[in-house]
Amino acid sequence: MSQATLRVQKISGHAGSIPGEGTQREPIVCKLIDTTTCIGCKACEVACMEWNDLPFGETIFGNTYQTMPETRWNYWNLILFNEHEREDGTLMWLMRKNQCMHCADPGCLKACPSDGAIVQYTNGIVDFQQANCIGCGYCITGCPFNIPKFNQETKRVYKCTLCVDRVSEGLEPACIKSCPTGCLHFGTKDDMRELATARANQLRDHYNFPNAGVYDPQGVGGTGVLYVLHDATQPELYGGLPKDPHIPWTVKLWKGPLKWLGNAAMIGGLIGLFVHYLRFGPKSREPEDFEPMQPKEGPQP
Amino acid sequence: MRPQEQLLPHGYILRYTFPERLVHWIAGFSYLYLLLTGLAFWSPWLFWLAVIVGGAPVSRMLHPWIGLIFFFGIVQMYLMWSSQMHFTDVDRAWFRSVSHYVRNEDELMPPAGRYNAGQKLLFWGFIICGTLLLLSGVVLWFPEYIPWSLRWLRYTAIILHASSALLTIGLFLIHVYMGVFAERGAFGSVIRGDVTTEFARRYHPGWYEEIVASSTTTPRK
Repeated sequence: MSQATLRVQKISGHAGSIPGEGTQREPIVCKLIDTTTCIGCKACEVACMEWNDLPFGETIFGNTYQTMPETRWNYWNLILFNEHEREDGTLMWLMRKNQCMHCADPGCLKACPSDGAIVQYTNGIVDFQQANCIGCGYCITGCPFNIPKFNQETKRVYKCTLCVDRVSEGLEPACIKSCPTGCLHFGTKDDMRELATARANQLRDHYNFPNAGVYDPQGVGGTGVLYVLHDATQPELYGGLPKDPHIPWTVKLWKGPLKWLGNAAMIGGLIGLFVHYLRFGPKSREPEDFEPMQPKEGPQP
Repeated sequence: MRPQEQLLPHGYILRYTFPERLVHWIAGFSYLYLLLTGLAFWSPWLFWLAVIVGGAPVSRMLHPWIGLIFFFGIVQMYLMWSSQMHFTDVDRAWFRSVSHYVRNEDELMPPAGRYNAGQKLLFWGFIICGTLLLLSGVVLWFPEYIPWSLRWLRYTAIILHASSALLTIGLFLIHVYMGVFAERGAFGSVIRGDVTTEFARRYHPGWYEEIVASSTTTPRK
């Protein structure tokens, strides 16, 4: 929402170059979410609603800790809960704080046709500018994480801003500030990756989680949210976290080869027809093709 | 309508009845709007097209509704014309000699009926692409209602909508070129409905024969 002093490095639906592109470099900001120490208290959800002034929404009760199936236009941060039965018959409660992943290569931004409706700042935050949004919902299709949500009243799309208004003023995001167990961390991507790797090593070496690891999917160029998972080989267990997320290949095809092929065909077609007319002209120059023949002589009946 | 009723006074032949012309222009004007707004969503370089027809959010809102009107036109055209659009042996021969047609050597072309093979291709292209555009368009209209488990619908729709739209643009460009520039008298026929007998004889000899041969009465003066 707030642009503050941040510089933009990617703009959706933008013709031509990006003003000031590459003139400034900043460390990429990153959230680290350690699912192994999350207790599902939902303090981060409340903090998100408080800071972003989002209205309270109705919840569901399905005999689990899951209070709603997925994030909403006015609920950007949701802990996804899964009661997982391991091979030895023991249970695990898997909790994952779900929100926008702030991809380095954002599918929402790639799909968006509206100039400046989605921007990526030089610190890596991907932010929706609702003033420029036209409500087409292409970002919903472009996102591999099911994050952008449509508001039927405003006809605009909303999602987590990574508290860009706080971060640009040097504060940590609201969710991070509220976490009571310290499972949420915030800093530069490099620092967070180091911390996450250390924690994953600890889980492997001392806590009997041989598959523990860090989730930083490279299919979307890496993300501004890192997860530490007990079992990094099965991210799907954590509320359907995709194993190898990509921008949908049809979106890439549409915004890549099809765009160039289509533009070349349309421009080539126009030129071709014009040149055809210059070379061959109309099919017939006979006046009677469009005006009936007049009798040459004699009185009209 | 019986063939002899299509003969009009003063050497004219009725080519398109009022319902045919009306449906053509319902489809035509709605297609123009869809083209302008669709191109705006297609490329950032053409985004200004949405601005000149009322702004991009308005275009996003109206594009699907106008699409429904266009599809209504497509359906009406199917009901009116599909029986006349079957490809015949003459049409296959027509395609084989299309290079003559391109060079305006119409006297070397097989005798086309009321519609030549190219027009039939245009017809079926718009019927098929129009249907695909409607199906994919409904998905793109309400992406927020497509559950995550059916997201392949959105992925399919987004590529299908753009591809079929591009195909119709190709057909549309040729259609407008033929109707407005290449065949004199064609544009008037879809406005006023009539063509001269010479026009019919030159471009649609089969159709001309059908009307004149079956006409037992002399044309009204």
